[in-house]
Amino acid sequence: MLSQDSLAKIDREIAKYPEGQKRSAVMAALRIAQEEKGWLAPETIEFVAGYLEIPPVAAYEVASFYNMYDLEPVGKHKITVCTNLPCALSGGVHAAEYLKEKLGIDFGETTPDGLFTLKEGECMGACGDAPVMLVNNHHMCSWMTKEKIDQLIEQLRAK
Amino acid sequence: MLELEIDGKPVQVDDGSTVMDAAKKLGIYIPHFCYHKKLSIAANCRMCLVQVEKAPKPLPACATPATNGMKVYTHSPAAVKAQKGVMEFLLINHPLDCPICDQGGECQLQDLAVGYGQSASRYDEEKRVVHEKDLGPLVQTFMTRCINCTRCVRFLDEIGGYQEMGQAFRGERAEIMPFLGRTIDSELSGNIIDLCPVGALTSKPFLYRARTWELTRRRSVSPHDGFGSNLIVQSRHDVVKRVLPLDTEAINECWLSDRDRFAYPGLEAADRLTTPLVKRDGQWVEVDWATALEVAVNRLKSVIDEEGARQVAFLAHPMATVEELHLLKRLGEALGVGLVDARPDRLDARADAARGAVAWLGMEYADVAALDRLFVIGSALRQDLPLLAHRVRQAAKRGLEVAALDFVADDWRLPVAPRLVAKPSEFVARLAAVVRAAAEAKGVAVPSAAGEAAAPNEAERAIARQLLSGERRAIWLGALALAHPDAAAIESLATELAQISGATLGWLPAGANAVGAQLVGAIGAETALASLAQPRSAYLLLHLEPEDFADEMAAQAAFERARTVVALTSYAGEALRARADVLLPVAPFTETSGTFVNLAGMAQSFTAVVRPKGETRPAWKVLRALGAMLELQGFAQQSSEEVTAEALPSGWQTRLARTGVSGFSAATWPSGEGVERIPLVHPYARDPIVRRSPPLQQTAEARRLRMARLHPDTARALNVAEGDRIGVGMGCVAEAALDAGVPPGAVLLACDETFARAGHPWAVLTVERA
Repeated sequence: MLSQDSLAKIDREIAKYPEGQKRSAVMAALRIAQEEKGWLAPETIEFVAGYLEIPPVAAYEVASFYNMYDLEPVGKHKITVCTNLPCALSGGVHAAEYLKEKLGIDFGETTPDGLFTLKEGECMGACGDAPVMLVNNHHMCSWMTKEKIDQLIEQLRAK
Repeated sequence: MLELEIDGKPVQVDDGSTVMDAAKKLGIYIPHFCYHKKLSIAANCRMCLVQVEKAPKPLPACATPATNGMKVYTHSPAAVKAQKGVMEFLLINHPLDCPICDQGGECQLQDLAVGYGQSASRYDEEKRVVHEKDLGPLVQTFMTRCINCTRCVRFLDEIGGYQEMGQAFRGERAEIMPFLGRTIDSELSGNIIDLCPVGALTSKPFLYRARTWELTRRRSVSPHDGFGSNLIVQSRHDVVKRVLPLDTEAINECWLSDRDRFAYPGLEAADRLTTPLVKRDGQWVEVDWATALEVAVNRLKSVIDEEGARQVAFLAHPMATVEELHLLKRLGEALGVGLVDARPDRLDARADAARGAVAWLGMEYADVAALDRLFVIGSALRQDLPLLAHRVRQAAKRGLEVAALDFVADDWRLPVAPRLVAKPSEFVARLAAVVRAAAEAKGVAVPSAAGEAAAPNEAERAIARQLLSGERRAIWLGALALAHPDAAAIESLATELAQISGATLGWLPAGANAVGAQLVGAIGAETALASLAQPRSAYLLLHLEPEDFADEMAAQAAFERARTVVALTSYAGEALRARADVLLPVAPFTETSGTFVNLAGMAQSFTAVVRPKGETRPAWKVLRALGAMLELQGFAQQSSEEVTAEALPSGWQTRLARTGVSGFSAATWPSGEGVERIPLVHPYARDPIVRRSPPLQQTAEARRLRMARLHPDTARALNVAEGDRIGVGMGCVAEAALDAGVPPGAVLLACDETFARAGHPWAVLTVERA
């Protein structure tokens, strides 16, 4: 199901916790699985749960709670926009509207060319930098004006 | 001890108690939804907010530890304001569908909304809708009603032993669900219906059948296993509509197994017998009771006159009451019949005869919690006794170490280690090796019973070491071990092991009244099952159908050959209609008074909860009438209590066994090519009522055990794959399932109609692809 490489990574995470506490590694294991598979299919979650010897629903609780886990396939570039209150008051919602219009998709949707997925995010802890966006869970973009959004999309298209 | 004050009343509680505990001690009710006395504390509904002096904000009573000098106000304006605020939030998304909700009238949310809710909602935005989940044939969901208290999640995890449900997503989108596409398959799943404080989880078989306030409630006792769970049977117009647990701390606590809860539709099965039937020239004719009894008496008499009473057998289901079995035994004795027995699942009668004393659990249920070591021999614990398994599970959390020697390593949802699995022919030898290991570890002489045992392997030594290391120890003989052809040899070895280790020996015989049957002597020189090998000329059957025998075909053949078969039964099942000559409609447990003695040696009497259906009569009265018509002494009792007093004279408790038997050795197992059958008693086919309960028959567990289960290695050798149709024994075809818990060289075929044609329960079978 998962590659030897991923399993070795999960084993390293498990080793960080006392023996018999494998379930503590569930967040890391799901992250590693998602990195390999691109998203968390039910079978993937079930496999991770089995590997950690926890019931599948216990892993699903975690996978569905945190919005950086993707329970549906996503495009090449996943852009997550924060729309929590401080961001919303500083243009977060407008930035999201602009992105929706520009990409022609709504939250939770992927462009037909499979390049972009748009997601609504929760607070990223950078309210002073609003509007903020996160690309593929790793790259943080601050002060996202329309111009900067255009630039970002251009860059990502070019990749 | 802590001293605190609640609503101005002083109270003392133990260290570690919560404000909720203290309030309960005072009899002060604090509104709550997620708190439950038997579950862990979640504190997520916030309904139990109370005012605590010097605390800056209201605190949840269920999760706030009581402290010395604490002053708590549960109904002060501040507390009530907080509670009303919580209620307003809970009602934001809750639908106003009480008139069509099954929970209506027994709903905690509805009740508390009367006290804490407002007459109108200030929320006029869109309400949240949550999709239904398919939890299987027993539990119906209305997830929009869910208030996310997580009682069901915690129950399945903590009491059921496996977290089958969880709370997925977050915030407003949080949903209670099983894992995608799964159903809830716990044998205790029905309890989540009771636990749900709203109408989100309701009973599927009861759905829209009646309103709670229309139902008559009566107490009863479960007839489906030996645990003796106390029931509240609810009925309307003399039809049982629902079964709920009666909170009995010493037995079932506030729980009930699904078998006890959902067997009741079987009481209304289409083939319920409501008038006496007599077969004339191959045709069934409805007759009145006087005629039917006369025919029955005449038929029995003619066999006795012509062939002697030894040619007659009285066989009963171990779900028959003490009173019924007592009168059956008395009738048998007075007539001098050859056999009176209530063990249709067992072959070896030697141990029961030699022991004299009555096989029981050896302890009370409460004592299970205090055990340090438990060794279970040949038991399908979860299927046989779901709530005893639950008690073991809770004890295991507190440090009980459980080991097992099994025919099948089924998941008990509790840690079992070490665990040995042996096929039937090797079972006795493995147990002997454990006995030898224990003797060697303790430095005592190896008992002669285990003298020929092979040198124990590491697992056998580990079991012995474990059993010797604890303070309070027990060894239990499961129903499957008691059903084994060498049951007496197994019991001899278990007795030796108990003596070496100082453990208490316990027995888990199948049947709600298996202990009572022994007490009234409804066990013969041979077992009902074994007696089928020499068919008698006449049979009197009590609550017993051919399907209740571990070997259904042998029973059918024996009854076929008999000159007469008189059946006292609640059902006119096909098999009985084909083989019997007289069918007398007798009351199931809901329509008669009676007594069951459970495995913990508690005699529990109950009364009828509904009127007998049609011409149905309580079986004890029918037996009394038969006795009177045969002009026998001792059949003039006026009430069932009078029969109970005769059947269980004071001091009967002293007859409960303290030790097992010794000196029995195993017969040589027939050597032959083939696969050995493991005849697990199907949990939903063990008595006439559960067999007729459609919801139970639709459960995943019922279907799982209707497959022929094989070890992957056995399957490979036979060229069988998962899902293949295979032929087992003579003319029985079933679906194969691979199961690493089954020992190699064996096949698990439950005692059920599916495998009726597989032949002898402990046969060595040929298995091949069909």
